[in-house]
Amino acid sequence: MAVPPEAAEQAAESHESAAPKPHLKRDQVVIRFAGDSGDGMQLTGMQFTSESALAGNDIATLPDYPAEIRAPQGTLAGVSGFQLNFSSNEVFTPGDEPNVLVAMNPAALKTNLEDLQPNAVIIVDREAFNESNIKRAGYASNPLTDHSLDKFQVIEVDVSKLTSLAVHGLGLNNRAAFRCRNMFVLGMLSWLFQRPIDSTIESLKVRFKKAPELIEANIRVLTAGYNYGETTEMFASSYEVPAARIAPGHYRNITGNSATALGFVAAAVKAGRPLFLGSYPITPASDILHDLSGYKNFPVYTFQAEDEIAGVCSAIGAAFGGAIAITTTSGPGMNLKGEAIGLAMKVELPLVITDVQRAGPSTGMPTKPEQADLMQAMYGRHGESPVPIIAASTPADCFDCAYEAVRIAVKYMTPVILLTDGQLANGAEPWLLPDPDKLAPIKVEFASNPEGFLPYARDAETLSRPWAVPGTKGLEHRIGGLSGENLTGNVSHSPANNELMVRTRARKVAGIAREIPPTEVFGDAGGGDLVVLGWGSSYGPIREAVKRVRAKGKKVSHVHLRYLNPLPGDLSETLKRFKQVMVVEMNMGQLLKLVRAEYLIDAFGFNKIQGRPFKVSEIENRINRVLEG
Amino acid sequence: MATVLNRKDFVSDQEVRWCPGCGDYAILAAVQKTMPEFGIAPENTVFISGIGCSSRFPYYMNTYGFHTIHGRAPAIATGLKISRPDLDVWVVTGDGDGLSIGGNHLIHTLRRNVDIKILLFNNRIYGLTKGQYSPTSEVGKITKSTPAGSIDYPFNPITVALGTHGTFVARSIDIEQKHLGEMLKRAHEHRGTSFIEILQNCSIFNDGAFNDVTDKALKADHQLVLEHGKPLIFGKNRDKGIRMNGMRPEVVQLDATVTEKDLVVHDETNLSLAFMLGHFESPLPTPVGVFYAVSQATYDGAMNQQLADAKAKQGAGNLKELLSKGDTWTVN
Repeated sequence: MAVPPEAAEQAAESHESAAPKPHLKRDQVVIRFAGDSGDGMQLTGMQFTSESALAGNDIATLPDYPAEIRAPQGTLAGVSGFQLNFSSNEVFTPGDEPNVLVAMNPAALKTNLEDLQPNAVIIVDREAFNESNIKRAGYASNPLTDHSLDKFQVIEVDVSKLTSLAVHGLGLNNRAAFRCRNMFVLGMLSWLFQRPIDSTIESLKVRFKKAPELIEANIRVLTAGYNYGETTEMFASSYEVPAARIAPGHYRNITGNSATALGFVAAAVKAGRPLFLGSYPITPASDILHDLSGYKNFPVYTFQAEDEIAGVCSAIGAAFGGAIAITTTSGPGMNLKGEAIGLAMKVELPLVITDVQRAGPSTGMPTKPEQADLMQAMYGRHGESPVPIIAASTPADCFDCAYEAVRIAVKYMTPVILLTDGQLANGAEPWLLPDPDKLAPIKVEFASNPEGFLPYARDAETLSRPWAVPGTKGLEHRIGGLSGENLTGNVSHSPANNELMVRTRARKVAGIAREIPPTEVFGDAGGGDLVVLGWGSSYGPIREAVKRVRAKGKKVSHVHLRYLNPLPGDLSETLKRFKQVMVVEMNMGQLLKLVRAEYLIDAFGFNKIQGRPFKVSEIENRINRVLEG
Repeated sequence: MATVLNRKDFVSDQEVRWCPGCGDYAILAAVQKTMPEFGIAPENTVFISGIGCSSRFPYYMNTYGFHTIHGRAPAIATGLKISRPDLDVWVVTGDGDGLSIGGNHLIHTLRRNVDIKILLFNNRIYGLTKGQYSPTSEVGKITKSTPAGSIDYPFNPITVALGTHGTFVARSIDIEQKHLGEMLKRAHEHRGTSFIEILQNCSIFNDGAFNDVTDKALKADHQLVLEHGKPLIFGKNRDKGIRMNGMRPEVVQLDATVTEKDLVVHDETNLSLAFMLGHFESPLPTPVGVFYAVSQATYDGAMNQQLADAKAKQGAGNLKELLSKGDTWTVN
C-alpha cells in the first residue's frame, strides 16, 4: 500500500494553488526515519510517535540502531533507524515494509532501500547527497540522479539549507544548527500527516530547558518544516490516518523497558515493601535501571553493581532483608548470574531476574532482538534448579508481566525469570493505563512468631516457606547453598532428605500451574487445521499473520504463551485439538523442544535468527505453505 | 537495650565442624565473646559468608546467617545493608574466597565504603578443596596443584585493602584473643567498610605458616603491634624500633644514642604510612593492629539519604501519578 502516489507527480504541475491542499485518507502508514546515529532519528521517531498516539492512532514502533554510539559519520555502520506503524485499525507490529522512508544521507538510503515497498515515498536531504557522502556509502554514482530509484517516489528537500536559514540570527554555530535538521523533517512530516506539533513544542521546552537558545532554534526549525510542507509545492496533498477504534480509557505511549520498570514499582507499592534493583549496565536492558533510578521516593533503591554477579547477589541480599528484589540484564549477564539464581532457588528467596534478550551467541548483536535464552532460563543452572519463567509479548504487556513475576516470586518464595527482548524493550505502543486499585493483591507477610518457627516449614497449598527477615526476634536462623534438612534448613547430606528437598522445590514450582488462566485460543477453540504457538515478542507478527489467513477462511489459530515454566495445565490438551502445531520463535526451536518433550506432539518450528523480528508476510507465507502440505 | 547479652546468646545449636587445631575455632571464640559487648541483639546481627572453610562460620553464630556462594558474600551483604541499614552486617571470608574468586566484590565494597564488617581469614592455602596454593601463598609454594612450586606473586591483603582506599584496615591473629577482640571492637565502632585480615593457621595443609608471629619464643621479635600516636617499638624487651632512613624504614636497637624520639610514630590517618607498614616483610617485623582508619560517608548512608531527599522533595511516591506521567490521551 504505497501512500502518496500523487505526491511527486503533482508537485511539478500544481502551481499557485491558493486553495488549501486536499487531505487524503489512509488506513495505515509505515514510516522509517533513518540517518546517522548522531542525526537524532530516534528522537524524531519517538516524537512523531507521540504525535500520532495523541491523534488517536493505534501504533507500534521499532527502533533499529547500531551498537556503536557514533560510528564514523556517513558510513553504513552508523545508520540509525526508527520505524513507526500508525493506523486507524488495530496494529500488532511496527510493519513489514515502510511506505515512507526519510533518509538523511546516502548511507541511510542504501541500508534501508531493500525493505521498502515498491512505489514507496523517499524523502531525502538533497545536500547530504554530496560526493563524499555518496562515496562513503559505497555508491558508484548519485542515486538521486542515476535512475536507480525510479520505482520509488523521491522527494528531495534542502533540509540542511532550510534549517540553517530558519536558525539564522540566533547565533548558533554551524554544528549546532546542523543538529536541528531532524526537527525540520519532523515538522514536514507532521504537516504531511496532519499531526499537531504542540506536544512536540512542549517536549522541546522540557528537553532543552537548560539551553533556551536551543528551544528557540528547534521550535523555529520544526515550525519551518511544518510550514514548508503546507506552502511549498513539494507535496500535493496531505494525508490523514483517522483515529483507531481502540478500547476507551486513558492511554500513554510506552516502551517495554519503561513498562517493565513501572511494573516493578507497582508491585513493590502493592506489596508495601521497598523495591531494590541490583544491576550492571548492559544493552538493551539498561533503560530499566535508568528509569528506576528516577523513582527513589517510592522508595526504590538502585544499585549499579561492579558486575553482573554482584547485581544479582545484591538483590539476593536485599530479598533476605525483605525488599522486593530484582535484577535486570541481557543474555551475557544471564550466563554470569546462573550460580546466584541457583542459590536463590535453593534458599527460596523471592527475586525477579529480567532478561532483555538480545541476539547471541556471545556478544552477538547487542542492539538486536532474539528469543534464544529460553533454554538458558529453563536449564541454565547446575543441578535440579526449577525457576518459573514468564515472557512478555508486547511493550505494554511488560508491565503486567513484571508485576506478575513479583507476585509469583513473593507468593511462592522463589526466583522468577522474566523474559523480554530488545524489540519489546525499545518498541512502543499505546498503553491503557491500569487502575492501581484493581491490580492483583501482592501479600507480604513476614514470619514473626518464634513459637515452633521452622524456616523451611511449608504452606500446605503453595509449598512456600516463610519469609523470616533479620531483625525479627526469636527467628534467628541460617540459610545457605548446602543441601538443607527439611523444615530446619540445617546442613544435611542425608541422601533421602536431599531427594525430598529437590522434589519438593520442583513440586512447588510445578504447582504454580494452578494459577495460570485457561489457555486462550485466537481462532478456533475447538480445534482446526493449524495452530501457531508462540511466546514473547513474536506475538505481533503471528497474530497479524493469523488474522490475515483467517480472513481468507483458513482454519488457523494462534496460541501465545505468557507462562513458560510451568506451562499451562491445559496446553497439551489444547494443542492436541489441532491437526498441526507450528511453533514460531526467533531461535532454533527452543519452545518447540519443550512442547515436543512435554507433550509428545509432533510439532514443528518456523525459526528466524537474524536479530530481526518476523515479518507478518514471512509467517503468512509459511502458514500458507504448511496448509498446502 | 535493657537486657545484657552474653556469649551464649551468640552460640548456635550446630556442632562446629572444623578440623582439630584449626585457627577458625579461636576466631569463632573471640567473635562470640566480643559480640555481647556491642549491645546489638542477635536478631539484628547478620553473618554472611561465601565458600571455604571460613565460610561455615555463620552456621555457628546464633544470629541471622547466610552461607552463600563462592566469593560473593560482600555483594550480598551490600544489598542487605543498603536496604536494611538498621542491621549489623558481617562478612566472613578467606584468602581464596575474598581475594581470588571474589576479589572484584571485595575491592568494590571497600571502595564504596559500605557499612559492613569484613573478616578475612588468611591461611595462605586452599583448605576446603584440600590444599592448593592460594593468592596469598608465597612464591614457590609446593602444593598438590603446584608440585614444582607456585610461580605467581601473592597478594598482600592489607595493601590490597589500602589500595581501594578502604576506610578501616587492620590485621590480627587467630590465637591472639585479646588483640583480636580489640580489633573486632574497633571494626564494629567504625562506620564504613571495616576490613580485618586475620592470620589463621590451617593445621592440615599449611601448619605453622605464621609461626614467626605466633610462636611464643619468636613472636615478640617478629610482631609489631600498631598503636595510634605511639612510636613503633617491638621486641621481647621492647628495645627495637622502626626508624626512617631517608625514605626507607629500618629496624634499630634502642640504646643511649637511639631513643624513642627517633622512631616513627604511628598515625592511623596517614595512608602513606599505612602503605609502608602494609609492605613490611622480613627482616622488618609483621605489623598487627589498625593500619588505617578514617571517617568518610558510607555508601548505604548516602544512598538512603538520596531516597530521603527525593521523598522530602517530591513527596512519597504516588503510583497513580507515576503511571500517568508524560503524554497521555483519552479514548472515549
